[in-house]
Amino acid sequence: MGLDIKKSINLHNISCPMNFVKTKAALAELQQGELLEVLLDEGEAILNVPRSLKDEGHQVINVENLGETFKVIIKKG
Amino acid sequence: MSLTDEQLERYSRHIILKDVGIEGQEKILNGKVLIIGAGGLGAPIALYLAAAGVGTIGIVDGDLVDRTNLQRQVIHFTPDIGKPKVISAKEKIKEINPDIKVNTYQYLASAENISDLIKGYDFIIDGTDNFAAKFLINDACVMAGKPFSHGGILRFDGQTLTHTPGNACYRCVFKEPPPKDAVPTCSQAGVLGAIAGMLGTIQAAETLKFFIGKGELLVNRLLIFNALDMTFRNVTLKRDLNCPVCGQKPSITALTDYEQAACDLKGQR
Repeated sequence: MGLDIKKSINLHNISCPMNFVKTKAALAELQQGELLEVLLDEGEAILNVPRSLKDEGHQVINVENLGETFKVIIKKG
Repeated sequence: MSLTDEQLERYSRHIILKDVGIEGQEKILNGKVLIIGAGGLGAPIALYLAAAGVGTIGIVDGDLVDRTNLQRQVIHFTPDIGKPKVISAKEKIKEINPDIKVNTYQYLASAENISDLIKGYDFIIDGTDNFAAKFLINDACVMAGKPFSHGGILRFDGQTLTHTPGNACYRCVFKEPPPKDAVPTCSQAGVLGAIAGMLGTIQAAETLKFFIGKGELLVNRLLIFNALDMTFRNVTLKRDLNCPVCGQKPSITALTDYEQAACDLKGQR
């Protein structure tokens, strides 16, 4: 897709809510409009984290199912 | 400033909040708060601000821990009887959160020392038990342009307001201390222990809101509660342009110590 990913974090095996906390910490280091790539577990993590990020005004650009995990691209709002 | 993994965990329930987040938690961590009085109000205030991660906490109190304090001053434990309150408080703060820098001032705040005491702090908290100190803190903070939280409790009642520069101060509402002995102190009138926690935690929440800069502070408002009826009331306040300390032509331009009822000074003599 040729996306300019500024930062990438692997949150495989990191459960709720620490995965959300770590995503917020990563986003805090980016400028508005920049992209963050996050690897999240299936189940609770992929259900909750993107939703919470949307609630805080960020955009979920893309979600790719990798089986056990999901690769999520977030645009900082 | 980048938070460590330990800090992300410790403060996770703050960081999750949209109105706090990483940015708000960093502001809390950089915050410097002075708590005047390590008693009924100061105890829960210090505990919650330490837990919240307020970076620097100063505590002013000249008293020693007394057995009669333990019914409400929850930062002091039975083995602390006889220990300076500021030391007892510092020990608990350090156990809750070793990252906090604690400054102790083991003496009574007075007209002579209060300006120096408040100088290095962002936010001042009145956790004292007498009118002389409350007016002194108000006047010193107004003169220095420092925001502060006023708090008072007696029997089943509590009241609190937050002052920020340019808004109503304690003296806009209460012109001067009541005549000595007109109002009983806690030691004469009694106080339900839990209301110290109710009011102190409101003051702690105001302090944290001040740092994160979200919500509405108790500015130009006096919150009053009665725990017997369990009723809470907000009284709207207006800055008094003729206020003797924050008005347009202040008549009070220097700090003075009002006389205190002698029973307030237990352990100070």
